[in-house]
Amino acid sequence: MTVGRVALATVLLVTAAVLQTVVLSRLPLPGATPDLVLLVVVSLALVRGPTSGALVGFSGGLLLDVMPPDDGQVGRWALVLALVGWFAGGASDAAESSAVVPVLVVALASAGAVLGYAALGFALGDPRVDGASVLRALPTAVIYDVVLAPFVVPLLMRLARRVERTSTYARTFR
Amino acid sequence: MRDTRRRRVVLVVLLLVSLTLIALGGGSSGPGKALRSAGAAVFAPVQRAVAGVFRPVHDFFGGLGGADKARLEQLQKENEQLRLQQRAGDYDHSRAAELDALLRIAGLGQYRIVPAQVIGISPAQGFSNTVLVDAGSQDGLKVGMTVINGDGLVGRVKSLTASTATVLLAIDPQYKVGARLARSLDLGYVSGGGTDQPMQYVPFDPQQVMPSGTVLVTRQDPTLTVPGGVPIGTLISAQGPVGSNGRSATLQSFVDFTRLDLVGVVVVLPRTDPRDSLLPPSPSPTPNPGQTPTTPSPGSTPTTSASGTARPRATSSPSHT
Repeated sequence: MTVGRVALATVLLVTAAVLQTVVLSRLPLPGATPDLVLLVVVSLALVRGPTSGALVGFSGGLLLDVMPPDDGQVGRWALVLALVGWFAGGASDAAESSAVVPVLVVALASAGAVLGYAALGFALGDPRVDGASVLRALPTAVIYDVVLAPFVVPLLMRLARRVERTSTYARTFR
Repeated sequence: MRDTRRRRVVLVVLLLVSLTLIALGGGSSGPGKALRSAGAAVFAPVQRAVAGVFRPVHDFFGGLGGADKARLEQLQKENEQLRLQQRAGDYDHSRAAELDALLRIAGLGQYRIVPAQVIGISPAQGFSNTVLVDAGSQDGLKVGMTVINGDGLVGRVKSLTASTATVLLAIDPQYKVGARLARSLDLGYVSGGGTDQPMQYVPFDPQQVMPSGTVLVTRQDPTLTVPGGVPIGTLISAQGPVGSNGRSATLQSFVDFTRLDLVGVVVVLPRTDPRDSLLPPSPSPTPNPGQTPTTPSPGSTPTTSASGTARPRATSSPSHT
């Protein structure tokens, strides 16, 4: 973890979380809100691999947990996005050459995040999670994220690769 | 080999930390609560600033999405000049009408309110029904205060920073409020059903008659900082036979929770319960119970006043040219 990598992840995650809570959430879109934080987590995980993916996912999730107006248990998004980052990082080799893989990963990650968060809520006895609300959030969440992915993910991955290259010294220690 | 093991350790540690946070209270107590209030304090100014910057974008969509069919038809009848100004003007009018309605309801009920603008909404994939508004403890808000708008009950303040507040909406299953059937003394409580289920009214007395179309208002409860007489909604249908214990009724709220914009936080309760004074002037808007859910009566007042202010302008502008 170099300063550059941490700085990039922090800036991207905070920007994404703020835009998501106060700008995207208020657009008159039916169903879910486009999940920018998830796109940041997936992009960085695809460049940096599972361990960093899990770390970035955990941080991004914790950010979503503590940023108002979120009202779920603190730690819930952190857990779900840490797993999402870990699994997305597993596809980092495949994403190196292909342009389709990142979009596919986003689709799976998006569905996984919604279902994971719902399942965790169900296990914790959250009265707000029921079949109807999951069914309402799931398709739209995947659609919005997949639509955004081709614009956002390659850009973020290029940015992350550039930071990675400037800190090549750090690579030898990995 | 060693590498994958080290990786797994990182993941397991992260998962354990999250689980610990959840187990230690989530957000209602313990470290989760401290983290959340710290996060809110840090990000509230940023969120406010960003919401302000993106205000024109939202106004554009608000003006666009707010124009429903009837309103469009009405606008088409108006003249060309007005149509040119329509998008910006329409939204301003609806906003002014919203403020008018809010002030009217606060004036009638003798509440002292602090107006606030919705600047963030919790995502559907988070399953909670909360919004972020741009007024906080420095505006005199306290946790538990009731939030209303021109149409009726919106929710209550769940948490606070100096400049923002998180409002738990009345449709959230965690929300519960004492209610009374209008023009009677029949009591019960209303709870949210989530985004997909209608709100529920549960009467205290299982013998209560609950005809559909009956208006529900809040019951004044000074200890819980709930003002009396705030319109909640109209009953749609009752479940269970009269006299049975699990009796309840679904209701259609007056407030459109998908289109919240300007709200008011009741900071000082009226000294006496305003009873039914906030309801529409006569029960005439509810002659046939079958149609009542589609026409929430208090909501119809601001729309007519908005078009009333728009019309004189249309007639006066040709006289200028």
